[in-house]
Amino acid sequence: MQRYSGFGLAKHALSHHENWERQWRNPTPKKQYDVIIVGGGGHGLATAYYLAKEHGIKNVAVVEKGWLGGGNTARNTTIVRSNYLWDEAAALYEHAMKLWEGLSQDLNYNVMFSQRGVMNLAHTLQDMRDVQRRVNANRLNGIDSVVLTPEQIQEIVPIMDCSKNARYPILGASWQPRAGVARHDAVAWGFARAADALGVDLLQNTEVTGFKIRDGRVYGVHTNRGDIEAKTVGCVAAGNSGVLAKMAGFRLPLESHPLQALVSEPLKPVLDTVVMSNHVHGYISQTDKGDLVIGAGIDGYNGYGQRGSYPTIEHTLQAIVEMFPIFSRVRMNRQWGGIVDTCPDACPILSATPVKGLFFNCGWGTGGFKATPGSGHVFAWTLAKNQAHPLAAPFSIDRFHSGALVDEHGAAGVAH
Amino acid sequence: MFHIYCPYCEEHREEEEFRPKGQAHIVRPKDPEACSDEEWGDYLFFRDNPRGIHHELWVHAVGCRKFFNVTRHTVTYEILETYKMGEQPRITAESLASGETQGNVQVAGGGQQTVSGSNAAVEAVKGEQA
Repeated sequence: MQRYSGFGLAKHALSHHENWERQWRNPTPKKQYDVIIVGGGGHGLATAYYLAKEHGIKNVAVVEKGWLGGGNTARNTTIVRSNYLWDEAAALYEHAMKLWEGLSQDLNYNVMFSQRGVMNLAHTLQDMRDVQRRVNANRLNGIDSVVLTPEQIQEIVPIMDCSKNARYPILGASWQPRAGVARHDAVAWGFARAADALGVDLLQNTEVTGFKIRDGRVYGVHTNRGDIEAKTVGCVAAGNSGVLAKMAGFRLPLESHPLQALVSEPLKPVLDTVVMSNHVHGYISQTDKGDLVIGAGIDGYNGYGQRGSYPTIEHTLQAIVEMFPIFSRVRMNRQWGGIVDTCPDACPILSATPVKGLFFNCGWGTGGFKATPGSGHVFAWTLAKNQAHPLAAPFSIDRFHSGALVDEHGAAGVAH
Repeated sequence: MFHIYCPYCEEHREEEEFRPKGQAHIVRPKDPEACSDEEWGDYLFFRDNPRGIHHELWVHAVGCRKFFNVTRHTVTYEILETYKMGEQPRITAESLASGETQGNVQVAGGGQQTVSGSNAAVEAVKGEQA
């Protein structure tokens, strides 16, 4: 792998930047691998990278039906935070946060991780009680978190309407200074390049059409480019997890919904943090390019169409304009949808399945991007050792039969 | 924006009057106390979540406030039929796979951004109720 550096940039400038090597190979599938990862998004690529780096398992294929990072990795609103309420969830997302903090150096790839802080607003007395409870829970778990007063909020975000006359007056907020945003595509590309350099085969345009299962044990996958064998298969397919589970002969406690986001025309710098509101339900940040990135809730119906409905756009923008009257005349540039796999308790599934050797990493719902490195790290451990990583153990699929749910609904910043 | 035919109001109304409520035809176990943890967990949490034909519950939240069923394609989002509680769907993944057309129902290819109820399907259901 050609390492990226300031010196390299200067050297390549001399040849007009025409001699950079490709970031990853485009290999032909081999007949057999030690591990197959189904799904070449951020989580899948991170899993492959940590398998190769931490566990020395380099004979790995990532099977992707489209192109790398073309699903939800390309469609999210890039927010990274770890201020979750329950111990199990907080531990998992904080694990990811610590990996984020060294990720650009680790991957030799600038993922543009910017710890500009995330603010979760409270508009009602109950919101305030929830904020205080969550901040206290965070601090007990060693996660940076503070309660802000409206005056402090106004100081951090002068353009927000913090007046008492607002329809939904802002009473306070929780604030995680270490949280922020990252360049979503760069995360997928960085993991892909680093995994490829360690010997992982990234197989694009390769769609899994079925699993090879014998005596309740997986030994490979059928794809549109022929059969590929492996004794361990990890599925990291977000919205399409249910489709894969059906191929393997079982059901998951998931429902796939469209979740949409939109960006505005580029503006001069006006918002240097991330603002989220559970109550009026919208969240917003500004990219380095100047676009406002805006998101909100899912469309309520099941869908795989990768597009959102117009009523949801309207509700989202109502919430944003409620908080930021200054944006009322900003024009929106683009709008898109991704398919999120929502779990009944709004927590992920990192688990073995009824088929031996077949593991699923799914159910991240509306909040998977922030967990990308942590999810990959923990899932790689699980695949390598054939047992649940201690941080993954509470997220077994068994919890939907035992009743030990990790109920993060609405507890973490934005209602799911 | 969906244009949904409420089988109780017998009118097409806009999507915003309705709320989707998930998979339809889930039968509550007759004797919950006798259920194993697996049976009860499956009933509460596990869903079909198909990529294709989906039978689902909707409620006409700011209309008649009644629940009813919708058969909808989860990729094209086309609404193929709506029918009352207690009735069975006329269009299913199986009936489409076997190429059967029921009554006058023609199933259109999808791909549109905004899809309203398939009139043929709705008329067929309506005709049956009349």
